[in-house]
Amino acid sequence: MEISDSSSRILAGLLEARTGQQLTLNRRWRLETALNHLLRERGIASIDELITILVMGKEPSLAGRVVEALLNNETYFFRDRAPFDTLARSALPALAQKRAATKRLRIWSAGCSTGQEPYSLAMMFAEEPLKWQGWTIDILGTDVSEAAVQRARAGVYTQFEVQRGLGIAQMIKWFEETPDGWRAAEGLRRPVRFQVHNLLEAPPHPGGFDIVLCRNVLLYLNTEMRERAFERLSSAMVPDGWLMLGAGETVIGQTRKLTADKETRGLYILAGQAEQADRQVA
Amino acid sequence: MKTCLIVDDSKVIRKVARHILETLEFSVDEAGDGKEALEHCEASMPDVVLLDWNMPVMSGMEFLKLLRQRGHSDQPKVVFCTTENDMAHIRAALEAGADEYVMKPFDRETLHIKLQLVGVA
Repeated sequence: MEISDSSSRILAGLLEARTGQQLTLNRRWRLETALNHLLRERGIASIDELITILVMGKEPSLAGRVVEALLNNETYFFRDRAPFDTLARSALPALAQKRAATKRLRIWSAGCSTGQEPYSLAMMFAEEPLKWQGWTIDILGTDVSEAAVQRARAGVYTQFEVQRGLGIAQMIKWFEETPDGWRAAEGLRRPVRFQVHNLLEAPPHPGGFDIVLCRNVLLYLNTEMRERAFERLSSAMVPDGWLMLGAGETVIGQTRKLTADKETRGLYILAGQAEQADRQVA
Repeated sequence: MKTCLIVDDSKVIRKVARHILETLEFSVDEAGDGKEALEHCEASMPDVVLLDWNMPVMSGMEFLKLLRQRGHSDQPKVVFCTTENDMAHIRAALEAGADEYVMKPFDRETLHIKLQLVGVA
């Protein structure tokens, strides 16, 4: 199916207006695949016909469905592994000491898609019950896609999804087989909650996150939107909190609010904190 | 280069798995059933075996039990790769000495991570 440039531009505009995300090249070539299911479901013959319906405003709910279909929900448990090792090795032991008095941790998984990242984090805590006994762990997963958040809340995964990233022992320990799929165990669900949220808007209430993960999301934003997202993310962090980005994403040249943590590669801290630490060393 | 023996009676599955494993820089050999796989292991022990469950002549489970009984010092890692996807089969495989378990269908990412988890990738 040939997609005209004008159709492609209209879809790009719609996606950007609703989410701030750009229709990057790798998304453009998969437009047809992304929208195929929706076209069949609505009995629409082509993308150009879909654009006509959208432009004429005949079906207001359709625009939301199109945006949902265009979003990239690729994720899996413990995606890329190394970031989780970094958290386990550096950030969590440090926080276990720093927050020993309050025994409370807040983590925000921003752009969590269907929930695998928040549940992976929950698994890390659940697998060390003695260490975290008596702690209140609050893991918030947010995504701009309502459909993704609904799936995340359900915490039920297909056979294909549940084994992506998990070892078999971990899978059978933390997921139970149900007629609907593999359901996350109560121990994983308890510390995790989800909400629909756009990164470009004010951070979720009440903020004050010790760790913010925002991986493989900012690459879909243009420079201006990315800067705004960094502002939002940094305003959600506690002064000594950490931000983790996806592999290949950085704060360098993108924002003045954050800087690389010299102690731990892959983590970012608030710029003011880094200056304070430098002054203490001096 | 690590070596992997694919044991599956389906030529199509062997072809798909071979393609994935070669992109992961494995040297790949194939066997069509458990007996053939056992003979291969006697001649040359691979680093990892990707093992189907239901096969003619000798099943994956029979192969695994015999392989583990022989007690070679250079025992390979064994990753079951099967359409048997219920808890009873998974537990039986782990008890018999499987190191990991992949349920078909799977993709490159899934297989890659499983091979990393058993320490061969």
